[in-house]
Amino acid sequence: MESVLELKNVRKNYGDFVLDDVSFTLPQGYIMGLVGPNGAGKTTIIKLIMNLIMKNHGSIKIFGLDHQEHEVEIKARIGFVYDLPNFYDHLNLRQMKNIIRRFYRTWDEAVFQQLTDRFELPLKKTMRKFSRGMQMKAAIAIALSHHADFICMDEPTSGLDPVFRRELLDLLYELLQNENKSILFSTHITSDLERIADYITFINHGRIVFSRSKDEVFENYALVKGGKELIDAEAKRCFAGIRMGEFGFEALTADVRLVKKQFGSDVVIDRATLEDIMYFSNLRGEHA
Amino acid sequence: MRIIISNSSPDPIYEQVGKQIKAQIISGELQEGDSLPSIRKLAQELQISVITTKRAYEELEKEGFIDTVGGKGCFVAMQNKELLKEKKMKSVEEQLSEAVAQAKKLGITLPELEQMLQLLFNEEAE
Repeated sequence: MESVLELKNVRKNYGDFVLDDVSFTLPQGYIMGLVGPNGAGKTTIIKLIMNLIMKNHGSIKIFGLDHQEHEVEIKARIGFVYDLPNFYDHLNLRQMKNIIRRFYRTWDEAVFQQLTDRFELPLKKTMRKFSRGMQMKAAIAIALSHHADFICMDEPTSGLDPVFRRELLDLLYELLQNENKSILFSTHITSDLERIADYITFINHGRIVFSRSKDEVFENYALVKGGKELIDAEAKRCFAGIRMGEFGFEALTADVRLVKKQFGSDVVIDRATLEDIMYFSNLRGEHA
Repeated sequence: MRIIISNSSPDPIYEQVGKQIKAQIISGELQEGDSLPSIRKLAQELQISVITTKRAYEELEKEGFIDTVGGKGCFVAMQNKELLKEKKMKSVEEQLSEAVAQAKKLGITLPELEQMLQLLFNEEAE
């Protein structure tokens, strides 16, 4: 399978924050969610991919090409949404678009028209008067108007209400009807991903916790609940994070089969959501 | 074709999709040669991931329920009617043996069980 994005042992040192040994691959035609708590390094990864900051080590390939050597041709094929859209305040959307479209040879005015209609975006209102949600919609409309093969979005759903978040998902499904299109997006609103994502890359404290297909994640991770007396040093090794309560424990396991073997019917096993995985993995981080 | 996904079902989503398509093939709602929606179309319609849909189709293909024709899509495969019937019989047998095991635990005798079965069978017929 051809990959559209490939990171290998990428490192970025900010002094007080280090992103280290980041490796993952996104096959062509699929959608990957980059998840992690605030400050985990999601935006740093996306900035590295877009070559907005310099890496200290490792390699990043997009469409099979080095992302620095072939930056211009690569970027022409990427639709990029930054988490804080930076438009010129005093321009309106039409003027803003006219500046940006010149950068793309494949710009398609009809698609832009269609998207702004669909998103109900006013073309003549100055960007200053756009709400956060409208700015995000504008950024998405612009990113999707030049037939990009790879859509890279940093927190595209933050600031958007649930109704538009669903609409965005619909739009992404439409894009994915074409198996040459691939999408990477970071978010901490995990419910968006639980539907559409093919792959989940989970990052915490500047490191990859896992990068695998969503189905595999949900087949292996589970929430386990039971009496406090079950938890000893041996039992702790089954869990990626434990929360002890007065009436029992709640824990996350990355190996549900092992837990079933070890505890059998002494515990209750529930499906873990991405939010559970994020929360409990963070607990371990604090106690480590 | 009709597929309903439940988020509270303990079955993984690919299994839910597979089971429902299979049931519709066995019941004859889906006929030999009927074309199935493309993997990506089905993912979009059900709002599930492409990989999940792909896996559902792959399992169905492995079990011989559907065929993938390169460039054309997926179709309901020629069904071996005998084999299908055998499969269904097997499932009945399995459920019966479960009932027998339960009965034995409770000390129910064979004649009692037979009587029960007869009653149930005739009830169904009415």
